[in-house]
Amino acid sequence: MPAGASFDGYPSRGELESSPGYPSRRRMESGPVAIIECVQEIPCNPCETACPRHAIRVGEPITSLPVLDEDKCTGCGLCVPACPGLAIFRLHLHYRPGLATVDFPYEYLPLPEVDTEVDAVGRDGGVLCRGRVVAVQAGQKTGGTAVVRLAVPAEFAEEVRSMSGGLEHER
Amino acid sequence: MEQVELAVVGAGPAGLSAAVAAARLGVQVAVFDENSKPGGQLFKQIHKFFGSSQHLAGVRGYDIGQHLLEEAEAAGVAIHLDTTVYGLFPGPRLGLVCHGQSRTCRASGVVVATGATENALAFPGWTLPGVLGAGAAQTLVNLHRVLPGRRVLMVGSGNVGLIVSYQLLQAGARVVAVVEAADKIGGYAVHAAKLRRAGVPVLLSHSVLSCQGNPRVEKATVCRLDQLWQPVAGTERQLEVDTVCLAVGLSPLCELLWMMGASLAHDTRLGGHFPVHDEDLRTSVPGVWVAGDASGVEEASTAMEEGRLAGLSAAEFLGKLTPGEAKERKAEVRQSLEALRSGAFGEIRRRAKAQVTQEAGDCFAGWRQL
Repeated sequence: MPAGASFDGYPSRGELESSPGYPSRRRMESGPVAIIECVQEIPCNPCETACPRHAIRVGEPITSLPVLDEDKCTGCGLCVPACPGLAIFRLHLHYRPGLATVDFPYEYLPLPEVDTEVDAVGRDGGVLCRGRVVAVQAGQKTGGTAVVRLAVPAEFAEEVRSMSGGLEHER
Repeated sequence: MEQVELAVVGAGPAGLSAAVAAARLGVQVAVFDENSKPGGQLFKQIHKFFGSSQHLAGVRGYDIGQHLLEEAEAAGVAIHLDTTVYGLFPGPRLGLVCHGQSRTCRASGVVVATGATENALAFPGWTLPGVLGAGAAQTLVNLHRVLPGRRVLMVGSGNVGLIVSYQLLQAGARVVAVVEAADKIGGYAVHAAKLRRAGVPVLLSHSVLSCQGNPRVEKATVCRLDQLWQPVAGTERQLEVDTVCLAVGLSPLCELLWMMGASLAHDTRLGGHFPVHDEDLRTSVPGVWVAGDASGVEEASTAMEEGRLAGLSAAEFLGKLTPGEAKERKAEVRQSLEALRSGAFGEIRRRAKAQVTQEAGDCFAGWRQL
């Protein structure tokens, strides 16, 4: 069976690395950065206006894939809750020695408490490792989409995209 | 007899946008909707819309609904709720029923923006309580705050199936699986990705065979399909679910136009039968327009733009816009429609619409010369 966004529901490594919104490994190493996992041409551009540094460009036509200017991106994370597709993340690879943080949009209640430990999950929902919630940003400022910052072992940082444990049905 | 300049049937995104566009140009507009609340399906859309930042992208559906209502009020549009338009007759005249009282209304122009209806899927057990349309489940959860069940099987991976699955998760249900008859996901991968990272499997080349349970759904049998979408023997699997949601497409609601004698056509790319219309959304009946899903199933952002276009065209017909002004204003909206229909997903609809409007335009021009 073929792999990739149309088949698995999430982009393959190849699709990510060849998409213009995915930063280079070099850029990830150098500090916090946005990771745009948007690999299909759909009519959408709020990420472009969300970035105060103009580091994301969609342009015309509106279905063009977002292009990340990784040198302009400061990793501020403002684009994370702005993406209607919940497809933008923020990665800080060197948060602490051996630890990275991943910011992801999270639209479930209850929101996790800061300092709690949760299961960190990958794009396919599989548990990758344990993670510690280091920040939760919520409220009207983010348009109702909360952003959870999870500290995880650095080797999992490129794969961790959400957490489990907040879902009502899993209790 | 009641008389309005422009009657709009349906207070959803297309109808309200048509009403606002026309009313802002000085047209006296009355909108009729059979529901108790305006907004069509917008108020149950709790997710952020895609589209252009200039056109409310990133805003949640219910906020867009509120925004449209405020615009309608500011433009002086009269919205008549709990009012069913049961008939559309030559004149044009509209047959209305409101709280058991029927009346007739004459209009100089009519925009039909009646939306679409969910398709069903018949299989053994499909009449059991617990089998419902995905849109119906979305209404229950997001408007009435009632969870239809705890364990859900979603049939169909178009955007409706994916979005409603996600919203059922948000409401606390468990989506056991999404099954899709085709060999790839129908909707946007970003919607599927939200489900996948929440642990929901999407089973491609799979469908529901039957449901069992008494007095309601307790189990559903799914199986693999071959390339001709036929069940593959021996691949049946039972899933413990109490709810089966059907997200297998929508069909335009065009009965009113049908009864008025408007020409209909059929195109599976647009959801089945739809009223023939030109690039100004004019139907084959002079003075009658169609907009939104009723003109061929797309999505809410295009519905709003189509409504705007129909409203401008109606205002031109009613003498509120000169042909020159109208041409410019309509071109702007068409450009935005083109943009919404670009890309791999929109391309199919763009081609279908281009073909439909081109053929209708040629045909209507021929009629005018007779």
